[in-house]
Amino acid sequence: MPADQSSDFSYLAVVVFTFVGIAFIAFNLLLARLLSPSAPTPEKLTTYECGVQPIGDAWRQFNPRYYLFALLFVVFDVEAVFLYPWAVAFRQVGAFAVAEMLIFVGLLIAGLIFAWRREALQWE
Amino acid sequence: MIIPNYRLGPIDLVTLLPYIAMLCIIGFILAIVPLLIWIERVVISLMQDRIGPNRVGPRGLLQTIADGIKLFFKEDIQPRAVDVRIYYLAPVLAMIPALTAGATLPFSTVRFRMEDGSVQTFPMVVGNVNIGILFILAMASLQVYGIILAGWSSNNKYSLLGGLRASAQVISYELAMSLAILSAVLMSGSLNLVHVVEAQMNGFWNWNLFAYPPLGFIITVIYLISMVAETNRAPFDLPEAESELIAGFHTEYSSMKFAMFFMGEYASMLVVSGVAVSLWFGGWTSPLPLLDFIPGFIWFLVKLFALFFVYVWLRASLPRLRYDALMNLGWKRMLPTALVILFLIACWNTLRTPQAQDANPVSEITMAPARAAEGER
Repeated sequence: MPADQSSDFSYLAVVVFTFVGIAFIAFNLLLARLLSPSAPTPEKLTTYECGVQPIGDAWRQFNPRYYLFALLFVVFDVEAVFLYPWAVAFRQVGAFAVAEMLIFVGLLIAGLIFAWRREALQWE
Repeated sequence: MIIPNYRLGPIDLVTLLPYIAMLCIIGFILAIVPLLIWIERVVISLMQDRIGPNRVGPRGLLQTIADGIKLFFKEDIQPRAVDVRIYYLAPVLAMIPALTAGATLPFSTVRFRMEDGSVQTFPMVVGNVNIGILFILAMASLQVYGIILAGWSSNNKYSLLGGLRASAQVISYELAMSLAILSAVLMSGSLNLVHVVEAQMNGFWNWNLFAYPPLGFIITVIYLISMVAETNRAPFDLPEAESELIAGFHTEYSSMKFAMFFMGEYASMLVVSGVAVSLWFGGWTSPLPLLDFIPGFIWFLVKLFALFFVYVWLRASLPRLRYDALMNLGWKRMLPTALVILFLIACWNTLRTPQAQDANPVSEITMAPARAAEGER
């Protein structure tokens, strides 16, 4: 067996770590629940808006102005995912990999420039 | 220092190493977060020419511990209007990814004397996995869900604005961050942080920070900026922005649930700083070969604290960015720069060595679990 190889045991440790973390958080929350007092009054349980009576709730339609950014983000994030195996295998493939990726990312950059010039990256 | 590989039946120290590392990380985070908060408060008071905490314990050192105990005894107020299930889930979701991301972060090495008398070096890391960096990236982006859900479930306009800002911040800085990490992967040719650190051994001039000058330096700065933005720290602390949004996404949280957000923030600061140390500043290796006798985790800690000081320094000196200025910086400055640098590094690499190089640098450090599997044979 080659010495330099990750095995399933490594992932097992990560999973165990996650569960230990969850247990730690659960323990803290439980301990706080046991220790902390509870004396709710109607005023205490209102939504905090600096002492003013809240008008309506926050679950209404709103316009996140950056939704175009979110669309672009998905495109570029997927691109970054494609770039990861490329970066690892880069030394084996060499110059060909560079040219190939230049074309792929060049297209995406052209898209970014297009969005930029159409003022998608602009707050009106 | 060489430790004999004690054995008890089928279990030896090398097999247990990931779990020892796990205890180290959890204990470390628990012990160091109060210290970090104290350091932050003291350093900021010094920079702002005031005294800072000095009442509880010597030089106020125990102030954070006292605050933590106080949080346990505070009433947990849960407003009537919240969406209960998500309201409970959010602080847990903010804390777990921060902890778990530490699992693939190597912070030291240990040398063991094996049964056959040979000395082998093992990395101190919970999960020595091949995709360590990808795992950390995934966890770092999961953390924002805690913040967004907290903002939404609180049913408070301020919280909602804080949550929205957090998501805007993530979509602006995640890209620059992953591209910056990508160029470090390109420099070292591996997604395993242990290999990335090994490629930077034997002196600070081998650090990725100084590789391909000045490209390595610029990409490090890009990573450091996006790391501050990822963890929602000043000057990118828009999701909580005390002066405009009360406390932003955690306005409606009190007692231990609030403490979870707070600890999660510091834990993720530690993790992203640890990634920065491993990717650019040589990880646990010493900056000069003649200082090799100092154990690795001390070097790691020194570098970690230096980066934490940068965090505090930024907080003390820079005003908060305006929302759209923040997105402009991410999309129009950092993303194109990171892309260009990535390709300059790729081209440079190709020109310098036209022949295909060997795939991955063969590591001198064997993987602990692989070794354990061999032991079973």
